[in-house]
Amino acid sequence: MFESMFSFPGAFAGDFQRLREEFDELFGGYGTPGGIRSVAPGSFPALNIGNTPRSLEIYAFAPGIDPSKVEVTIDRGVLTIAGERASMLPPANDRKVSVYSRERASGRFQRAVSLPEDADPAQVQANYRDGVLHISVARRDAPVPTRIAIQ
Amino acid sequence: MSNEQLATTPGDVKKTPATSDSGERRYLIPRIDVLEDESGITLLADLPGVPRESLELKVEGDALLVEGVVTTPMAQELQSVYAEVRVPRYRRTFTLSRELDASRIEANLKDGVLNLRIPKQEHAKPRRVEVRAG
Repeated sequence: MFESMFSFPGAFAGDFQRLREEFDELFGGYGTPGGIRSVAPGSFPALNIGNTPRSLEIYAFAPGIDPSKVEVTIDRGVLTIAGERASMLPPANDRKVSVYSRERASGRFQRAVSLPEDADPAQVQANYRDGVLHISVARRDAPVPTRIAIQ
Repeated sequence: MSNEQLATTPGDVKKTPATSDSGERRYLIPRIDVLEDESGITLLADLPGVPRESLELKVEGDALLVEGVVTTPMAQELQSVYAEVRVPRYRRTFTLSRELDASRIEANLKDGVLNLRIPKQEHAKPRRVEVRAG
């Protein structure tokens, strides 16, 4: 089940055409139209997104953040994750500490995801565990197809 | 585009945790910071999704191995539509230098950040050498 998050099924859901385009741009499919909110590869936090029949699941890999200072907002169908990650490096004028590798991101971050039309912004849950922010957005019940009588 | 191609697109080594082949399994290379002060080295590693029980630290000779498995619980019937983290395992090895005391490494994992403290051997700590006139 977990592995399914890391490998792709044959086809993308139609709702996620835009995400697919973002993905192509991220991983070298240049020439195809990129999503308007695409970001450079390696942006913090990394996102994995999945679908279930009843919800949209977003996993943001954001280690070492204070969850109380992360803002998750939904505005006109766009979910935004914004916050700040404190640097654990010593101040630059500290001569007693030498810094070798400096690969971890710090500072303000923001990422945005376009939600599908059936996402219900009133039913969102978020929790933070082991450095992963998991946001679950419920889908509205699929409308029952109605038959239209011809007069 | 196959998954394999996607995962090996070059040019993201610095920016994204790059994947690397290690035998048959693929691993992400966690991003790290390394700091040194007078008494030892501090290594910080980003391992989001790795709880304490799926983290393995091993010292063999002068090699330090950090390995972790992402065990974030996933929703039922989940179908992936977009993934930037494409391998659920992290691995990175380091060569320790002789003045470090591998037997006294302290490790702390919180919110997906590993904080390793590797102290220096007592005799390796800096000592001021007196220059005597004469």
